[in-house]
Amino acid sequence: MLRLEAHDLACVRGGREVFSGLGFAVAAGEALVVTGRNGAGKSSLLRTIAGLVRMAAGSLNLTGGDPELTPAEQAHYLGHQDALKPSLTVEENLAFWVQYLGGGAPGALSAVGLDAVAKLPAGYLSAGQRRRLSIARLIAIQRPIWLLDEPTSALDRDAQEQFAGLMGRHLAGGGMIVAATHGPIGLQQAKELRLGDTP
Amino acid sequence: MSALTAIFMRDLRLAVRVGGGAGIGVLFFLIVVVLAPFAIGPDLALLARIGPAILWLGALLASLLTLDRLIAADAEDGSLDLILTGRTPLELAVAAKALAHWLTTGLPLAIATPLFGLLMNLDMQASFAVALTLLAGTPALTFLGLLGAALAVTLRRGGLLLTVLILPLTVPVLIFGVAASNAAVTGSVPFAMPFTILCALTLASLVIGTFAAAASLRHGME
Repeated sequence: MLRLEAHDLACVRGGREVFSGLGFAVAAGEALVVTGRNGAGKSSLLRTIAGLVRMAAGSLNLTGGDPELTPAEQAHYLGHQDALKPSLTVEENLAFWVQYLGGGAPGALSAVGLDAVAKLPAGYLSAGQRRRLSIARLIAIQRPIWLLDEPTSALDRDAQEQFAGLMGRHLAGGGMIVAATHGPIGLQQAKELRLGDTP
Repeated sequence: MSALTAIFMRDLRLAVRVGGGAGIGVLFFLIVVVLAPFAIGPDLALLARIGPAILWLGALLASLLTLDRLIAADAEDGSLDLILTGRTPLELAVAAKALAHWLTTGLPLAIATPLFGLLMNLDMQASFAVALTLLAGTPALTFLGLLGAALAVTLRRGGLLLTVLILPLTVPVLIFGVAASNAAVTGSVPFAMPFTILCALTLASLVIGTFAAAASLRHGME
C-alpha cells in the first residue's frame, strides 16, 4: 500500500529557514491538509514533495509505489499558476499535458464541465475556468499523489462541491492528497498539519 | 518518446500561432541587412566583400532576439514546474524545445538568406554558400542560447543578461561561419576546412547547451 513519510524535513529558501524538523505520514486513501499563516511554508512544503525545491535536511520516503520512479514523478503538483498556453485551445492544452506526463483518463473535461469550451483558446477562459482545466488535468493524468496548493481559489460554490467529489473519488481509488489551504476545501476526515506555530 | 513529440509539437504550434513570434526573427534579419548598405554607402564592391559578414551578424542578432522566451515563457506560467515533474529526462525535454525553436526561427533565417544576399550584391553562388553555412551554424546559436535561456530563468534576470552571456560564446561560430562563407566567395582557401569546424562547433554546442541548460534548471530549483 502506498505510504508517504517525511522525517525531520527542513527547507531553506533565499538563505532563510522556512521550516525544519517537520514530520508527517500519509497513507493511501488519506488526505493531509497543511495550514498556517502566510509565509509559514505551505507552498514550500508542497514544492519540496514535488521535487521542485531541494530538501535542506531530512528524508522523504514513498513506499508501495512504483520503485522505478521518484516520489516527485508519482505526484501531480497543482500550484498557483495554471500552466496553460493562451493561444492553444482547451483541448490542446489538456492533450499536451496528458501526452507529456502520461495517463489519459477519458472524460476529464466533462467531469469539470468544460466540454462546451473545448475548442476555445485558453486565453479566453476566466480564472475559475482556468482552474477547472487544471483540475481536469489532475484527473486525466492519474498520478497517485495530488499536491494541491489552494486548489479552490477562484472556484465558485458549485465547482467547489464538484471538486470535493472528485477528491473523494481519488481517495477512494487509493490515491492520496496533500493540500495547502486557508479555508475548508471539503475534505472530510483529513489529517491536519499546522505550520509555523513553533517559534 | 511521445512525451518529446508532445513538447516538440506544442512549441511548434505556439510559435506559428498569433503572438508566437516565428516571423519576428526574419523581419529583424531583413532590417539589419537593409540598414547595412545605408550605413556603408553605395560601394558595390565593398558590399559584396563584407556581405557574408553582415548576413552572419544579422542572423546572429536575429536568432538571439527571440531566445529569451524559450524557457522564460514556461517558467512564468508554471509549465516549467510540470515539465520538471515529468518522467522524461530534462535534457531531452529542453533539447526538443530548442529543436522546435530552431525550426521556427533559425531555419527561416537560412532560407531567407539567398534572397537577402541580393541586397548585399552577392551573386547566387555566394548567397547559397552563406545560406549553407547558416544552415549548419544556426543550430549552434540556438543551443548556446538554450543555455543562456536556462541561466536567465535560474538567476531570475531578463533577456538582456542572456544576450550578454551568450554573445561571447558565439564568437567561434561567427568566425568559422564567416570564414567558410568567404572561402566560398573568394575561392582562395578551401571551403571544407572552416565548414567542417563550423559543423563540429554545432555538434559540440548541441551536447553542451542541452546538458548545461538542464543542469542549470535543476540547480535553480528553489
